[in-house]
Amino acid sequence: MTVQVLARPVNKEAEPPTERAKNRHTMPLLGAVIVVWVVGWLIFRNHDTLVLSFQQQTDFHKWINDLRDNIQASAQHNWFFHGVIGKITTFFNWLVEQIQHLFSLPAFPRPVPQVGWLGVLVLLGWVGYAVAGARSAILVLVTVFLFGILGAWQDSVDTLIITLIAVAICVIIGLPLGIAMARNKLVSTLVTPVLDTMQTMPAFAYLAPLALIFGIGASSAVVCTLIYALPPLVRITEHGIRSVPATTLEAAGSLGVTKRQLLRQVQIPMAKRTIVVGINQCTMAALSMATIAAFVSSPGLGQDVEQALQNLDVGGSAVYGFAIVIIAIMLDRTTTAASERSEKQSAARVASVGGPGVMLVTVVLEHLPRWASEETKGRRPLPSKAFRRGILGIGLVVVAISIWLSRQYLSLASFPKSLDFGTDISNKVSDFSDWFVNLAEPVTNAFKNVVTYGLLNPLQSLLGESPFWLIAPVILALALILGGWRALAVSVVCEAIIFGTGLWHDTMVTLTMTLVATVLVMLVAVVLGVSMGRSRRADTIIRPVLDTFQTIPPFVYLVPALALFGPTRFTAIVAAIAYGVPIATKLVADGIRGVAPTTVEAARASGITRWQMIRKVQLPMAREALLLSTNQGILYVLSMVVIGGLVGGGSLGYIVVSGFSQDQLFGKGLAAGIAITALGVMLDRIARYTAARHGRA
Amino acid sequence: MTADTTTPTPVASGTTGEPALKVDSLWKIFGNRSDKIIGTSDADLSRKDLQEKTGCVLAVKDVSFEVAPGEVFVVMGLSGSGKSTLVRCLTRLIEPTSGSVVLNGEEVTSANEGQLRELRRKQVAMVFQHFGLLPHRQVIENIAFGLEVRGDDRTSRRRRAQEMVDLVGLSGYERSYPDQLSGGMQQRVGLARALAADPAILMFDEPFSALDPLIRRDMQNEVIRLHKEVGKTMVFITHDLAEALKLGDRILIMRDGEVVQVGRPDEVVGAPADDYVKDFVSDVPKSHVLTLKWVMRPARPGESDSGPALQCDTIVRDAARDVLAANGPVRVLDGDKVVGMVDDQDILRVVVAEEGTS
Repeated sequence: MTVQVLARPVNKEAEPPTERAKNRHTMPLLGAVIVVWVVGWLIFRNHDTLVLSFQQQTDFHKWINDLRDNIQASAQHNWFFHGVIGKITTFFNWLVEQIQHLFSLPAFPRPVPQVGWLGVLVLLGWVGYAVAGARSAILVLVTVFLFGILGAWQDSVDTLIITLIAVAICVIIGLPLGIAMARNKLVSTLVTPVLDTMQTMPAFAYLAPLALIFGIGASSAVVCTLIYALPPLVRITEHGIRSVPATTLEAAGSLGVTKRQLLRQVQIPMAKRTIVVGINQCTMAALSMATIAAFVSSPGLGQDVEQALQNLDVGGSAVYGFAIVIIAIMLDRTTTAASERSEKQSAARVASVGGPGVMLVTVVLEHLPRWASEETKGRRPLPSKAFRRGILGIGLVVVAISIWLSRQYLSLASFPKSLDFGTDISNKVSDFSDWFVNLAEPVTNAFKNVVTYGLLNPLQSLLGESPFWLIAPVILALALILGGWRALAVSVVCEAIIFGTGLWHDTMVTLTMTLVATVLVMLVAVVLGVSMGRSRRADTIIRPVLDTFQTIPPFVYLVPALALFGPTRFTAIVAAIAYGVPIATKLVADGIRGVAPTTVEAARASGITRWQMIRKVQLPMAREALLLSTNQGILYVLSMVVIGGLVGGGSLGYIVVSGFSQDQLFGKGLAAGIAITALGVMLDRIARYTAARHGRA
Repeated sequence: MTADTTTPTPVASGTTGEPALKVDSLWKIFGNRSDKIIGTSDADLSRKDLQEKTGCVLAVKDVSFEVAPGEVFVVMGLSGSGKSTLVRCLTRLIEPTSGSVVLNGEEVTSANEGQLRELRRKQVAMVFQHFGLLPHRQVIENIAFGLEVRGDDRTSRRRRAQEMVDLVGLSGYERSYPDQLSGGMQQRVGLARALAADPAILMFDEPFSALDPLIRRDMQNEVIRLHKEVGKTMVFITHDLAEALKLGDRILIMRDGEVVQVGRPDEVVGAPADDYVKDFVSDVPKSHVLTLKWVMRPARPGESDSGPALQCDTIVRDAARDVLAANGPVRVLDGDKVVGMVDDQDILRVVVAEEGTS
């Protein structure tokens, strides 16, 4: 593009363009497409909108139902389902059940689990100390004790079990895969697109196909959690190994190391901290999926929240939601502390590798999300190895005694009822929420009305009431103008798939909510991100809040949104905004901070005002970050809008949920999952190709 | 300026005698409570001692100088000598700790935010070592940027930017983006951007340090040419003595934040203020810098009446041929008055001494 511009003879008489040449055509074209759309909408309103009422089903939906019935009927005979899938299913179900009997479920003939609550508590505390140190151990002890106080002991432990099994399998598969990808280009080229797809698919969408294959229950839960949590670990491992500087590899090579030595003695030690951060990301992803897996009857807190939400029981969902949040915080802090520890331990080794090694650690640190390193400020010297071993040894004895005690006394085996305040807390929260919601009603209603009448309704009627043969080409035209031919090609395929699922109209409604929420997310993200990027103080205040928000699994966001706005589609939008803002804000802030200081200084030297600095220098230079942030914002919002189907969000999300609970709607639910995936891929690719075309200066 | 821009520089017209830039006991100390140090006995400490005692870093220590309108004033020092901090203090990109800076009669140090902005928009422009260009804007838009932020209308800033493009020799590259240009060309854009605002003073912060030597020489000649054409007052920061001697009307040498010497190039080379400066200038080809004034001897009675004559500010290298061709000593004049004599020996002493050292 720019090369063409360069080659064009310069005509001094002609009015020179102020914007970049390619943008000059973009805006009028976009305008023209939208005008055509609106005119078409005015004329053909409510024709061919492809509305499908809730109980209506297409042949495709029925065909999936038949397919399911066939699979279930033939599962006993088919070698693939019986021999392979069946074995896997049985294994996971068996594994989960064994561990449950050990820690959370009554182990026949005993009326209580093998290990009682005291044993679990002390054991987890000991593990916390072993991987992450004393402070984490205390955090773990408090958190696990709270499980009982909240009256959610068994479900919390179940959630932990599912999460940790999935993480363990992720590590077994993910680490070798990540290392292989870093060392072998072919593997990387083959696996990367698969990871891309896995990460673009909203979590909700692959529950149904997995339930079809692995059946309802723990097995499906483990598999879907595994699939969801694997990509970040593989990606970060690959990045960590790859980030070892070429100069270091060269220096090692000059000493004549073998490939194996290089990996074991240079690459893995130097990437260790990054890899542990990958495990942290993997764990957080696993937890969030383990709660959503409630829809395929995963044991654990997810089901409690789901049921409470469906009954619109704010107090109940708040208690279980709170349990999920404290598990999230516990896992996040512990794995973060573990990664800092691994850095300290490897510090000596890295230093002996020399200057580049130390630089690497710094570089990696700068590229990691900030929360991964925030506690490094208060760094203390590690206790000596002998001391630590001693503590661990003593701890082991304490663990053994606790387990023995918890097997001897009933009050130490099942959490005492006298300490269970779950119902009380739930009632208090309900009362408080009623009071607060009444108090805040004028504000929340005003906000709701402005967004509903100003944004949501107009867009919904434009998208939902236009004939499909008008919207389809309009979307394709927008994709082409913004993202180019590749975006167009992807959009054609995705539109065809959505059309094929028979859920065109529902997809348009979901798209409406996604777009509205994304616009609001970006408004908030730009305001917050710019102030964070420009001011250290704003950053230190806002960032920890965003960090906390990011560790909360998406499910939990619905609780306060439900309390404030009741079961409407607006609730889903509010939850989606809360879910999308942190990631989008951080990306904007990083983009603003990434603007070269020399450029900022030069601009200041030309006497620029603050507003001009933001508008003419910082935002344009952060354009790539803005587009990336929009891209991420869309994906986060979409996944939340879909989950919001549970609390009145309607459309695709609700159909997916119904598919799990109503037998005859299974096919329609699965089709909705496919439509969500197609919509997500389409939005992601349009945003990504737009970023690629317009992002770089 | 170029032929079609007739805007007179405000200083050149009328207010002769008043300096374009006057800096009076300027201090910059980085660190907490640094403003409390000046005036106490701590202020007399060396940079190292002060840092040990208070944790504050002394960057600029009690610097005073004046720059005349149209002069090229070079500030020279090694890295860490405080020269880049000094130049940033002049427009308060870094806030000075104390002292005053007066630019064309306007007090910079007491200006409020609005006045300071006006000043940066109209009076001073800077050229940076790392260019500081906007990667998302074309060359011409980069050059027009300063005009845009101060609110010039589109047509006039376009016209002006185009003139600047031609002036710095970038014609044909108007629509390129900075990353499509070489380092030298990028710095030409930086130069054009600075010139576009038609400022009274141009400040250069080591503008050519990032360029390779050949390009650097081109750019230095470019600055000399531009100075002849537009006659701006220039403050030029460099760590390169050859560059300082080549460009500077006067040179200020800094070390550890302090002024060591201020003078014309021949003064710095001919009469170094201390061993530090002497060491600095020891490698300089003296015949390229010194004038006859520095090598002549007093005239003996009767010598000064007739024979060939040269002006005392003639550089030795340029005088050599004439002196060696003459049959006897050559008279050195300051205007009409004879101030001394040079003969072959005086010239050769400078040239041969150079051969010995190099």
